[in-house]
Amino acid sequence: MDIVRQQADADTDSPAPASPRRRRFIARGAVASLAAAGSASVVPGAAQATTPDNLPPNIPQWMREPGAGFLNPAYGLPSPFEKAVVRKLPDQPAAFPTATRTPLQSLFGSTTPNGLFFERHHGGVPAIDPAQHRLMLHGLVERPLLLSMKDLLRFPAVSRSHFLECSGNSMAEFKAPGKGSVQDIHGLISGAEWTGVRLADVLAEAGLQPSASWILAEGADAAAMTRSIPLAKALDDALLVYGQNGEMLRPEQGYPLRLLLPGFEGNMSIKWLRRLKVGDAPFQTREETSKYTDLMPDGTARQFTFTMGVKSVITAPSARQVLDGHGFREISGLAWSGHGRITRVEVSLDGGRHWQAALLDGPVQSRALTRFRFPWVWSGQEAILQSRAVDDAGNVQPTRAALVKSDGQNSIYHYNAIQSWKVASNGEVSNVHV
Amino acid sequence: MYTYEAGIRTVKALAVAGACALALNACTPAASTVPAQRLGLGQAASAAQIRGWDIDVRADGAGLPAGRGSVAQGQAIYQARCLACHGEKGEKGTAPRLAGGQGTLASKAPVLTVGSYWPYATTLYDYIHRAMPLDSPQSLTPDEVYAVTAYTLHLNGIVGADAVLDAAALAAIRMPNRDGFRPVLE
Repeated sequence: MDIVRQQADADTDSPAPASPRRRRFIARGAVASLAAAGSASVVPGAAQATTPDNLPPNIPQWMREPGAGFLNPAYGLPSPFEKAVVRKLPDQPAAFPTATRTPLQSLFGSTTPNGLFFERHHGGVPAIDPAQHRLMLHGLVERPLLLSMKDLLRFPAVSRSHFLECSGNSMAEFKAPGKGSVQDIHGLISGAEWTGVRLADVLAEAGLQPSASWILAEGADAAAMTRSIPLAKALDDALLVYGQNGEMLRPEQGYPLRLLLPGFEGNMSIKWLRRLKVGDAPFQTREETSKYTDLMPDGTARQFTFTMGVKSVITAPSARQVLDGHGFREISGLAWSGHGRITRVEVSLDGGRHWQAALLDGPVQSRALTRFRFPWVWSGQEAILQSRAVDDAGNVQPTRAALVKSDGQNSIYHYNAIQSWKVASNGEVSNVHV
Repeated sequence: MYTYEAGIRTVKALAVAGACALALNACTPAASTVPAQRLGLGQAASAAQIRGWDIDVRADGAGLPAGRGSVAQGQAIYQARCLACHGEKGEKGTAPRLAGGQGTLASKAPVLTVGSYWPYATTLYDYIHRAMPLDSPQSLTPDEVYAVTAYTLHLNGIVGADAVLDAAALAAIRMPNRDGFRPVLE
């Protein structure tokens, strides 16, 4: 979507004299979304052409009458001017749609709003009455337990910021550079502050038998999604989550209860969690054998590759945006690692020949989205923008060439290579492989 | 100094010590020597409750129910309940391909199917029962799931046209790509 050009078209269509209401309608259609185009869309000139009455020295129309009242609506919504900032399905219609993607190009900071958090589900979103939801703990435990949501809300609570990334995020880039926006290409990543209880605390209530080593987690959706969780992860930092960014989980995020395994591939953080069965071996479910395994060039597949690798992407500017002029702007993006904290992000303006350190916005948290920023003065020269992240375990985000060399082009999952955005001399930004 | 963690430990110790929790003054130092384990939340899950939800089937066949089904029975069920999405012989549908592809995994265009890729036949039973058909999961009887499992394996040349599968027969099947996976556990 070329927001800037859309704005220009709307400008030429707008009639000179118009009533205030008419002008507001025009403005809504013309500006579309400020955030949607990020740094490429701030066009004061365009606004002046459509609504001169609202710019200095005139008194804006919205100061001349009272605004809307309270509870309008009771659960607040974004401004109508932001209606373009939404999750979206892939452009190509699919018989069985699999996911919606987060509009990374339109967001700030490191928290994804709940209504924009990416969705992936395999049997639809169930409508669960929390009063009738139960978590069953059984298998190699001392005391099989049934926990209601009221029970779980009585456990000691913790709140932590973590990213969730679909293991298949960016998978098309193994093959060829996608033609979509950063949302289309990398939009299966989001971050939130999660509230819930430590899985270790809940397991202690049931008591583990000595041979316990794996836990099967099962969802209460129509897919009855199941994954095997190593006990070490369950006892380390795994959470049973009911809250997301300060409110109850949204239905599509697992309402009323989900597992959260910080840094692990998103599929393992089972939503609508209804059952934990402790065992002494992985359960070899469909989702950890025929899916979510990484086929290598020699025909064998890596299994149980749980941790999401260190990764970053520049979100502004990014593909399908058009820079609206020379001069200063900030390059900004997100970095994350399933192994721990981001310690460094570097930005290149010349396709990886030279690198400079970006600023990390704190607090930088383990297994969480980290916003990075880099000052840039664009002089109109063609540029290839890249970002490269490093985590506190010393992992360095690989180039695409290095990743393809080691993993081939058919592994589908765990694509974490450096992204290259080409800025043409006319300001158009596109996805390229270098 | 009081800390929240110390408070939790005390609660757990008192819960283990039982009546002690109601009469703090009567507590003896013995309470602190009891392993701090429980907050006392939740209810015991009964065997009947567990039986209704304990639907998983492990790689070794643990969890497979009684019942049996033939390739022929499976073909009829497949045509009624599966073919619309998975296509003729599991090869030409809109849903993931079920059959074919053996020998393609190291090629430039690998075809991942039950026959070419899945390491365990038991997983087929587990998945069909829990998630298929897409419009009414957990609706097939054990006999029907064994039958559809048998037919899917037959489409891949893994069992013969006259095969009948039950728990023991299914668990005994060795899939062509059984050794194709390398656990990483990173």
